[in-house]
Amino acid sequence: MAELKLNNNDAQIELAESAEYSDTIGKKLKIFWRRFRKNKLAVISLFMLIFLYMVAIFAPLIAPYDPDGTADDVMMADMAPSFHSYQSDVTGEMKTYAPNYFGRDELGRDVFSRCVYAGRISLTVGFVSVAIFITIGTVWGCIAGYYGGIVDNIMMRIVDAIMSIPTMPLLITVMALFKPSIYNVMIVLGLTGWTGIARFVRAEFLSLMKRDYVEAARCIGARDRRIIFSHVLPNAVAPIIVAATMGMASAILSESGLSFFGLGVQPPTASWGNMLMNAQELSTMVEAPWKAFYPGMLIFITVLSFNFVGDALRDALDPRLKQ
Amino acid sequence: MLKYTLKRILQAIPLLIIISILTYLIINLAPGDPTAFFINPEKASRLGPDYVANIKHHLGLDQPLHIRYFKWLGNVLRGDFGESFFEQRSVMSILWEALPNTIILSLVAELIALIVAIPAGIICALKRNSIWDYIFSTISFIGMSLPTFWFGLMLILVFSLKLGWLPTAGMRDNFDAFVFTDRLRHIILPAIVLGMGGMAANMRYMRGAMLEVIRQDYIRTARSKGLSEKVVIVKHALRNALIPIVTMFGFSIPALFSGAAITETIFAWPGVGRIAIEAVFSNDYPLVMGNFMIIAVMTVVGSLVADLLYAVVDPRIKYE
Repeated sequence: MAELKLNNNDAQIELAESAEYSDTIGKKLKIFWRRFRKNKLAVISLFMLIFLYMVAIFAPLIAPYDPDGTADDVMMADMAPSFHSYQSDVTGEMKTYAPNYFGRDELGRDVFSRCVYAGRISLTVGFVSVAIFITIGTVWGCIAGYYGGIVDNIMMRIVDAIMSIPTMPLLITVMALFKPSIYNVMIVLGLTGWTGIARFVRAEFLSLMKRDYVEAARCIGARDRRIIFSHVLPNAVAPIIVAATMGMASAILSESGLSFFGLGVQPPTASWGNMLMNAQELSTMVEAPWKAFYPGMLIFITVLSFNFVGDALRDALDPRLKQ
Repeated sequence: MLKYTLKRILQAIPLLIIISILTYLIINLAPGDPTAFFINPEKASRLGPDYVANIKHHLGLDQPLHIRYFKWLGNVLRGDFGESFFEQRSVMSILWEALPNTIILSLVAELIALIVAIPAGIICALKRNSIWDYIFSTISFIGMSLPTFWFGLMLILVFSLKLGWLPTAGMRDNFDAFVFTDRLRHIILPAIVLGMGGMAANMRYMRGAMLEVIRQDYIRTARSKGLSEKVVIVKHALRNALIPIVTMFGFSIPALFSGAAITETIFAWPGVGRIAIEAVFSNDYPLVMGNFMIIAVMTVVGSLVADLLYAVVDPRIKYE
């Protein structure tokens, strides 16, 4: 009985929502938030992401050490994590050191401070490359879906071809041939990640183009550009936002993978991926596991959060897509 | 059926041509000079530009790009990918040796993924919104989000270095004979790492497909006939829900090879993925191009086979 009531309630909300279809942005946001809120994990993830971005923005205030500063003494290399500040006279005079929450690495750099600064790099690389591939993918999909026919056929075969090349070897090849640097990582991730988006924007266009209102727009003599940007594309925005969120997850994963192989962000600049580079040696793994554990954990948490938020966004922005 | 098969094969040909052009362009238009490897700097300074030009001529690099492409393509069609720069043998023989290893690893990974994903997906769908649904959904999200290399390293750290249960790397310890347990011990960790992504994806697909199927009329019919729940689920629902998993297999091939590159490198597994990475790092251009083409051909053939299988398992598909 209780369940029945609940369903009834849900149905009423949905009805109310559809009635509010033409309402203001503020109201739409409210509806959106009410739907999004239902997914507790996504809400936690969203706050997690806000927290991570805050940490990245205020990195200088949070990091107790200079991220690239090596330790005062060789003895401090690979020091285990500690939560207490400690005193040492390695420099000749007694000095108080801030706690090394995540330990120190092989050069005696504070892993926590490096992680904090690396967040800036990893999150920025993700953001910029997603911006690039969303743009390319959307434009590609629009053109293919709008013009159809032979144009569509050629453009989509190119997409198929790129999709049949495994991503990681492709990324590694391209990065090795061009000089590895933070800018090249962004560009290369942007240039290789757009195929999925192109595919669904095209699919969305193909179905939307058959709608009456597009026909109507054409009848009153609207130009191609106007139909694409004012009538069709706005309807495809929701899935694009979802793809962008999920894309952040995959871009951060790819960046960390490339940096792990030494082909991404170049040291001494820290990124979560390249912090793991030195942890590859098995001896370091046993002696100083914290060097590998924390950066990897941060990649994992960030990617997981983006995936959770993306999933909830899909449900909240477009209930039709819900499985 | 025959017509459909032929049509799909004909569609695969332009795809392979585009892939070959892309591969060729990426490698040959990139900055960095493949001749650098063959040029002895001391000789070059002594003998001047003639020496360099001679080497370029010898390698056929003095000809225009499109002519070189067609020459390369002609050789590729005859199964000749050229000689590896570093190992003094043909690219084909190197890849031929490594390919079975990658295929075995991928198959075991996919098997592990399916063994977990299919039952989990079914449970999620049947007990929708239950605690199990949430637990498995969360696990599938975790599987999607784990950085492969880090997950591999952590497994090595725990199971090989700390506990000492499994070997850290390689494919076998016993090089004289095939010992099943030896091989099994070596394949477990890399297969789990490689299968993680597929498991996550398959679980979601399985759940979605099952939810779709149990809403159908024929399931209601089966239930109202008085069939036991077990028969309804296994015989009527599961068979239909497995169809998308078959297509998924075709699409998962590029992802498997992509993951194999990282997994094989971490676990020192002698497969094509590791060769791809090593070839890239050593600027072994013929090997890189050969590797790309082989993997791409396998991908295209894989999705072709998956498409045809899809048509076989699902009679509703019309062959046009």
